Amino acid sequence: MIEYIQQPWPWYIAGPLIGLVVPALLLLGNKTFGISSSLRHICAACLPAGIPFFNYDWKKESWNLFFMAGIILGGFVATYYLSSPGPVAINPKTAALLQAHGVRDFSGMLPKDIFSFSQLLTLRGFIFTVLGGFLVGFGTRYAGGCTSGHAIMGISSLQWPSLVATCCFMLGGFLMTWFILPYLLLL
Amino acid sequence: MRNLKYLLPGLLFGVILVKSQVLSWFRIQEMFRLQSFHMYGIIGSAIAVGMISVLLIKRLHLKTIQGEAIVIPDKKFHWGNVYGGLIFGFGWAVTGACPGPIFAQISSGYLVTIVTLLSALAGTWLYGKLREKLPH
Repeated sequence: MIEYIQQPWPWYIAGPLIGLVVPALLLLGNKTFGISSSLRHICAACLPAGIPFFNYDWKKESWNLFFMAGIILGGFVATYYLSSPGPVAINPKTAALLQAHGVRDFSGMLPKDIFSFSQLLTLRGFIFTVLGGFLVGFGTRYAGGCTSGHAIMGISSLQWPSLVATCCFMLGGFLMTWFILPYLLLL
Repeated sequence: MRNLKYLLPGLLFGVILVKSQVLSWFRIQEMFRLQSFHMYGIIGSAIAVGMISVLLIKRLHLKTIQGEAIVIPDKKFHWGNVYGGLIFGFGWAVTGACPGPIFAQISSGYLVTIVTLLSALAGTWLYGKLREKLPH
């Protein structure tokens, strides 16, 4: 049993389990699945700076912060107690392509030759960590949600604006991956 | 403290993000290069199960555990769905992370992603600051 849990989970186990988070949150108290809102609540709690967008009672939404804390805890438990470390078994074609673009470290979940404190002040590290994170925060709030809020919760409840947003997430990702990322990786 | 219970679904979600390697930058690369079904399978089946659940909740008029009627607020379209969506897509491909996986990346020991999170917070804050001036 433990051995089975320690292997990476296939999509047909992971996907349906993620889907069950939707009814779980609804039944627990009418909450709609979504994570990027927690970033807004943190801004509202820590640095509202008189901005109307952050002027609301974030404490009423604090369930979202508990959910977020759960993710942090779950990530820790899964990594240190339920996993055997090792490289991610990606498609060899992807690996070869990334190698050709200068990625060297394939030993973990993220390539450490891009994502590490020692790389942070290089141009490449700065773009992938700082600029990338900024785009995630700015974009999700501008779009009104992220993969969980729009793609999973929104489409599950048949909201067409969420379908539009999800298509744009994918389109943005494709454009970046195919046309810009190869140059960024070579920096 | 009645919000403490939301720790549990969060914990489950965090475990899945790690166990299915959704938090891996490599998996996101594979997805956007159309070289693996893994991520599409996860998102697709999550949507399918979510959709059936929402349908059942509505059909059976299920209530919350506190006995309240379940209401899912409607999302209204605005052009931010498009512009913001594209911007998030750029960031997703670069960082290999949506907001959920960022938290799991941090607790998986990739501490530099704390910087990713702080930048995402800065992005969220700047959006709030510029909101009135942006096209929606």
